[in-house]
Amino acid sequence: MATITTSIFTPATAARFDKLAGIYPVKRSALVPMLLYAQDEIGYVSDAVVTEIAQRLDLLELDVRNVLSYYSMLRTVPAGKYNVQVCTNISCMLRGGFALLDHCKHTLGIGHKETTPDGLFSLEEVECIGACCWAPAVQVNYDFHDDLTPAKMDAVLETYRAREPR
Amino acid sequence: MPTLVSHPDEVKVLSRRFGQGAANIDKYLELDGYKATQKAIAEGPEWIINTMKASGLRGRGGAGFPTGMKWSFVPKVSEKPKYILVNGDESEPGTCKDHIIFLEDPHSIIEGTIIAGLAVGSKMGFIYLRGEYRYLLNIMEKAVADAYAKGFLGKNIFGNDGVDFDIITQTGAGAYEVGEESALMESLEGKRGIPRIRPPFPAVVGLYGGPTVINNAETIANAPHILLMGGEAYAKIGTERNGGTRLFGISGHVERPGVYELPMGYSLRKAIYDVAGGIKGGKQLKAVVPGGASCPILRADEIDIGLDFDQLAKAGSMLGSGGIVVLDETVSIVEFALRTIRFYQHESCGWCIPCREGTDWIKKTLTRFHAGGGTRKDIDNVQYIAENMMGRTFCPLGDAAAMPTLGFVKKFRSEFEEYLAGARPANPLIQIQPVGEPEHAGAH
Amino acid sequence: MADVTFIVDGNTLTAPAGTLLIDACKSHGIEIPAFCYYPGLSLQAACRMCVVRIEKMPKLQTACTTPVAEGMNVTTESPEIAQARKATLQLLLGNHPLDCPVCDAGGECELQDMTFKYGAADSFYAEPKNHRDEQKWSPVVYFDRPRCILCYRCVRMCGEGMDIFALGVANRGASSIIAPNIPAHLSGVVENGTELAQLDCEQCGMCIDACPVGALTSGTYRYKTRPWEMNHTATVCTHCGDGCKTTLGVRSVADGSEILRGDNRDKSGMNGDFLCNKGRYAFDFANNIERLTSPLIRKDGKLVPVSWDEALNFAGNKLRDLRQERGPNSIGIIGSNRTTNEENYLLQKFARTVIGTNNIDHHRTADFVTLATSLQGTTGRFASQHDVEKSPAILLVGGDPTNQAPLTAWNIRTNVRHNKARIYIANHEEIKLRRQAKAFLQVSQFGYGSLATYLAGDDSAALATSTIAQADELSSFRSALLAEANLTVVIGNEVRGGELANLIKALPHARFALLADYANSRGASDMGVLPDALPGYQSLAGSTIASEYAAADTPGLDLLAMFDAAAANKLSALYVVGSNPIKRFGIDPATLANTFVVVQDLFLTETAALADVVFPAANLYEKSGSVTNSYGDLQLVSKAADKAGTRSDFELIVRLAGHMGHDLKTLVPFGKGLRSDLGQSRGAQSGEADRHSVWMTANNLEPKTSPFDPFAILDEIQRLVPGYDKLLRLQLLSGNDQHVSPATSGLVQITAARKDLVLPSSDTLFTSGSLTRYSPMLQDVQRHQSTEVADHLASAD
Ligand SMILES: Cc1cc2nc3c(=O)[nH]c(=O)nc-3n(C[C@H](O)[C@H](O)[C@H](O)COP(=O)(O)O)c2cc1C
Ligand code: SF4
Ligand code: FES
Repeated sequence: MATITTSIFTPATAARFDKLAGIYPVKRSALVPMLLYAQDEIGYVSDAVVTEIAQRLDLLELDVRNVLSYYSMLRTVPAGKYNVQVCTNISCMLRGGFALLDHCKHTLGIGHKETTPDGLFSLEEVECIGACCWAPAVQVNYDFHDDLTPAKMDAVLETYRAREPR
Repeated sequence: MPTLVSHPDEVKVLSRRFGQGAANIDKYLELDGYKATQKAIAEGPEWIINTMKASGLRGRGGAGFPTGMKWSFVPKVSEKPKYILVNGDESEPGTCKDHIIFLEDPHSIIEGTIIAGLAVGSKMGFIYLRGEYRYLLNIMEKAVADAYAKGFLGKNIFGNDGVDFDIITQTGAGAYEVGEESALMESLEGKRGIPRIRPPFPAVVGLYGGPTVINNAETIANAPHILLMGGEAYAKIGTERNGGTRLFGISGHVERPGVYELPMGYSLRKAIYDVAGGIKGGKQLKAVVPGGASCPILRADEIDIGLDFDQLAKAGSMLGSGGIVVLDETVSIVEFALRTIRFYQHESCGWCIPCREGTDWIKKTLTRFHAGGGTRKDIDNVQYIAENMMGRTFCPLGDAAAMPTLGFVKKFRSEFEEYLAGARPANPLIQIQPVGEPEHAGAH
Repeated sequence: MADVTFIVDGNTLTAPAGTLLIDACKSHGIEIPAFCYYPGLSLQAACRMCVVRIEKMPKLQTACTTPVAEGMNVTTESPEIAQARKATLQLLLGNHPLDCPVCDAGGECELQDMTFKYGAADSFYAEPKNHRDEQKWSPVVYFDRPRCILCYRCVRMCGEGMDIFALGVANRGASSIIAPNIPAHLSGVVENGTELAQLDCEQCGMCIDACPVGALTSGTYRYKTRPWEMNHTATVCTHCGDGCKTTLGVRSVADGSEILRGDNRDKSGMNGDFLCNKGRYAFDFANNIERLTSPLIRKDGKLVPVSWDEALNFAGNKLRDLRQERGPNSIGIIGSNRTTNEENYLLQKFARTVIGTNNIDHHRTADFVTLATSLQGTTGRFASQHDVEKSPAILLVGGDPTNQAPLTAWNIRTNVRHNKARIYIANHEEIKLRRQAKAFLQVSQFGYGSLATYLAGDDSAALATSTIAQADELSSFRSALLAEANLTVVIGNEVRGGELANLIKALPHARFALLADYANSRGASDMGVLPDALPGYQSLAGSTIASEYAAADTPGLDLLAMFDAAAANKLSALYVVGSNPIKRFGIDPATLANTFVVVQDLFLTETAALADVVFPAANLYEKSGSVTNSYGDLQLVSKAADKAGTRSDFELIVRLAGHMGHDLKTLVPFGKGLRSDLGQSRGAQSGEADRHSVWMTANNLEPKTSPFDPFAILDEIQRLVPGYDKLLRLQLLSGNDQHVSPATSGLVQITAARKDLVLPSSDTLFTSGSLTRYSPMLQDVQRHQSTEVADHLASAD
């Protein structure tokens, strides 16, 4: 493996990547998880991320780009600190998914794949997230919030706002 | 957090440890965890496969392929290593059963994976969860680490010399198609989720070119229970050629949505009206999608049917992934059809023309139709395109998109015609201008 | 593999088991439509056009992925199948711009053909098509996204075929798109406000060739003309020594006919699918406005245009007088690497019989004399290009085929991909082909001689061979080679003289080929454009040719010696045909101050600029004849284009001899000489004579009515030159290659002291000697390559 002299990642993540590249029968297997972890840390898959991961896995940058552009959770532009993903697929739709999405658009004042000016929230309409029996469901980053109503949604957003120092 | 539900008609085999903190390995051991694995080591591959065959267990991922038989296809000897691949990509709309297994009983999946490994002579398993399931991955990683610590994984497991088994867990990053078994292998090899040409089938040439058993997470989680209770006993629970129980996720317009474990062949009507508490708000039933979004819709008058692969196939639909989606009288099929095709258009991998272009054109047409700009020809076009996708695509996603679409336009054509005439749903579920519909992945 | 029998549309067919149904059908004349299938590349089953009905199968099956099996019963055309294909086309056309009237591919488009066949023209979508602007990825590759049908041929061609991987697929579903390796926001290339994605690659254009539609178009051809407005002539590329066939599309213009396109639609050449950047695009030097179109004579210091008669008389008389006054050996002649065998033979015969001197040479780009003498008397040990394509084991010593012999590199890669050939490489550079190598030995820069010694069994040569390789590496490399029963050795032109001879001695069981630099470098040597060997490397004394020529039997001056003689006022005249020694050998112009210089060339090169008489010559694409590639594969060169005011080197040599008062019949054995048709070879019609004679020969008529007929000389070559005697005219005329090897014994003796004088021109993929600067395309591409972000390909090699 091309040894990385200066990594753009935190030591912890860099160490995790060294390990990841080693556990699979073929190191390229680490690509998809790596991209996701990189995004978790950097906020999106930047060109620098592409370059370093390509080096780590001995891949062409083109390969990395082609793979990353296939997966809908990976983004090449920054999102808000809390990415609100509202499911509007059939089960959620039947229980008010679209109303919920609309509600978020109005309370956050942003549309699909947009970010609030303070960079705190971004909004995304997503496909089924596997919470159909607890619909309507929303994912904020990786946290699930089930059985929502507009009122409950406000409360959820509030809990994230509250995490921020005033 | 998913809420657990229960109902007297349930037969709890797979779900028997739910709600008891079985994610904790010691608790799991109390509830006779890892007994099945040790039994399997003692009895050997032959016995495992025969028991699985006897159980009549059929794949819970959607295709319903007999699991014992699938395992028996793996060649005894192979220069390339053999692998077990657990499919936890669970992305079929209406489906959240694997979700709850990962959450409530992660060790049963580890056990099942080891057992499959013992059955076919593999020393390495992969558990692949969909990217959205990060918190479940954390639970699985913890469980796997605990199993290693106890010597249930790694070298000489349970103190048996030369019996080794390793498990790698990981997630995807958002792609329904990656649930398709060959696309899943591509994704696991760090590639775009494009399916592979078959033959060769995974059992012969799979992951990294080695023979590979790929099973749904629920299928795998059943294995330890089956080995403990015996294949015949398990088979007895279900119906002919449809052994055992199944986790049914009942969602949509019902009073008590949730994941229930019912015997195979259980009445669809009872599932809706008894188990799930009937139609929400005392409304009338309009239709049911019986097994996840790809299964053709059933009218209210078609629900006196047993929930197993064969009976649903006879009714022109599928049991699929066991996700039962219930629609009440107020739902507009035009809206429901639009939302369904939007999903498939977004998830088509784009590899083959009929699916890539077909889903796109149906979506475009229905979007315009729904917005009020439809013509009678649109209805025919949608049906024509769907009919010409059926059986012509590279992988089954094309069919999965075409089948439900055909169901909608054939069974509910009148609704499309009324919509043309200006009729609109009393309480629309989708705003007329679908603001910000999902863009495609990445890059732009 | 054993044959199986199966039924297609009621016909019983047989094919080797495992053959893909689509190929089996094609070889029996049953065409199954296909977009994504491309022979030799990996299977996709993506376009679904090749669907057929196979008995007992529930669904239609893709013929491109189904191997034939015993008893299989297949239907390839039926209403059901036609409907499936029609529907697929309708889906494609929904978004297709249908701009066929202006599309480069119009008339040569597989989508057009299939739409015509299945009648899917009616587009029934109300939605607007999503338009995207055409993108310029490089000077030679343009991409028109809406036309793309995503068959992935280009992606595979670039990756699997070229081993470059500069193209991929981005996004998914309906927004899937073919993506080049430098994304727009990183390219730094901005054209009217928008950043452009760029291609960092070898610019071979294979992606364009493979594209079934007009999505990928050629920078040099796009929007120039319609395919049916061109005449297409398949001839041999002039740029390197590999001998690719390139099909030139030409169109009549005021001053002759110009070349608009070079491509490889006609896959009949020895290059099969392949063509490199130069073969495909670098024909443009022929259309350069700087072409010489009138004879020039130096009058009070300046070269001024004059009539042909004036120029020929002046040059002819002057040469005759100088031969009288200062003797034949005061005259030197320099030949070319790019003229035909007939012209080379004629030139040396001119030197030896008209002038009467052995002072003839050319810019040698490989030591073929040593190759020939080392292998003399053997049989089957001269390797052909086809051996590189098929041989189970190949040793590559020196050279860098990827850059200098692209077809050789392609054949090596393809051989590895298709036949798992074992490639051994010994090179002082880490050349790209090592990625295909089973074993790569990095030898020291001057370690090739020691390598030969080491391979011959002398372990003491190990250290001098390589400072990098471990001892065991070396020995396993050697033993592996000796163990290869069927070995082809391809040698770069830096290996020569004694080193070359020893290498050949060290591997007595192997077949050999030597890589030279230009279209007819091998031909120039074979035809005896050398001071110390007659055609076929016959010796100056005693050989049949020697006695026919009755010429001097002492070696003449070699190229450098000629200039030394000039410097010492001992060279009265120098006649240079299609060569630029002043530039190539960095010779001080002053040396020729007192020498009468006659040059024939396309351009006013550094050498031509010094001449007293300059004749405007036709290039290889403007004449007929034959050339011999580095491997000794001889092929027909056909006249494609035409430039008014130029004449073939053949004609010029003959006319010069004529004006020197020489009896032409003794120079060119042409037929009823008195009525020889000189008329047909004047002006824009020049070359008519040869084209005419090719036609007559093809029709078994008696040609050679003109002293300008190269086939008259080919008769003599066949009669006198060993190796060329076995040529079959029909093979030649039908455009097939034939392997020649000067394999008789009794060749010229060479001493260890002999100077091989080989000067490798080390051309790259984007240079071609003196022609480079006259090719705008090559200039463009060089600029493009230099602006690339170098490390985008880094991890690939
Ligand atoms: C488009 C598509 C998506 C699929 N998604 C899943 C999935 O999310 N989870 C799953 O277990 N199987 C999925 N499958 C089925 C798998 O291809 C495969 O049949 C299954 O994992 C085999 O396991 P089983 O025999 O235990 O059912 C999908 C199939 C298709 C065609
Ligand atoms: S049917 Fe074709 S385009 Fe659709 S997901 Fe499968 S392979 Fe991809
Ligand atoms: S050629 Fe067979 S699917 Fe494209």
